Amino acid sequence: MSLQVALFFLFGIGAIASAIGTITRRNPVAAAVNLIVHFFMLAGLYLTLQAQFLAILQILVYAGAIMVLVVFVIMLLNLGNEEALREQFTMRKVLGAAIAAIFMLQLGVLFNASPSQRYLSPNAASLGTAESIGQALFTTYLFPFEAISLLLLAALVGAIILAKRKVE
Amino acid sequence: MNLQAIPFEWYLILAAVLFTIGAVGVVTRRNAIVVFMAIEMMLNSVNLAFISAAQFLGDINGQLFVLFVMAVAAGEAAVGLAIVLALFRNKRTVYVDEVNVLKW
Repeated sequence: MSLQVALFFLFGIGAIASAIGTITRRNPVAAAVNLIVHFFMLAGLYLTLQAQFLAILQILVYAGAIMVLVVFVIMLLNLGNEEALREQFTMRKVLGAAIAAIFMLQLGVLFNASPSQRYLSPNAASLGTAESIGQALFTTYLFPFEAISLLLLAALVGAIILAKRKVE
Repeated sequence: MNLQAIPFEWYLILAAVLFTIGAVGVVTRRNAIVVFMAIEMMLNSVNLAFISAAQFLGDINGQLFVLFVMAVAAGEAAVGLAIVLALFRNKRTVYVDEVNVLKW
């Protein structure tokens, strides 16, 4: 077993376990901690794919920024454990099971697909660097890059307007 | 089991499993913040599929898509949590099944 295979199983099983932990914990803080672990596991998976720049970005943006925001809101609202629903509970469970079944069906199709790509592309390591991503981002994707900065500005203004208290 | 490298399909299968867990989380949980976290999980599983496609096919475009997904997810996090905050301020609840102000 090569290192890539061993790391894939380590991070893959860790990612699935922490994902299940996120959606099953009653306490929202426990769910958030599970999600942080999940993001780190995904960053490890990106490293096994030799996408080092996006692995760093994953930790910075998700574990660093988004999860801090989530934990901060949980703390602000001071929520207790989520009690289970009494009515409608079975309906939700059935819906959840149905969605899981549909996706598992798609998984079966994937399992039966003929193997296409066994190995990473030979130039995968050079694709994952900040240099090649920056090159593409500021030439081919210059317009989407500017558009996304406008979107972030709009999100910033929208979040402030939504969350601020009414003055006067 | 004698594996030298992980084939493309395995990453796609892992991404699909994670997406399924996230989708089940969105429908089964009541807490809006946990629903929000499950949505982030679904976005991340798609990111994993994008990156594996980029690295196995030797095409940088998949990684650029991941960058944009991350930016949209960051914006979504800010606006989504602001909505949860405004909701809690007005209705004193974050449970999605107790919010029915649009239901007439």
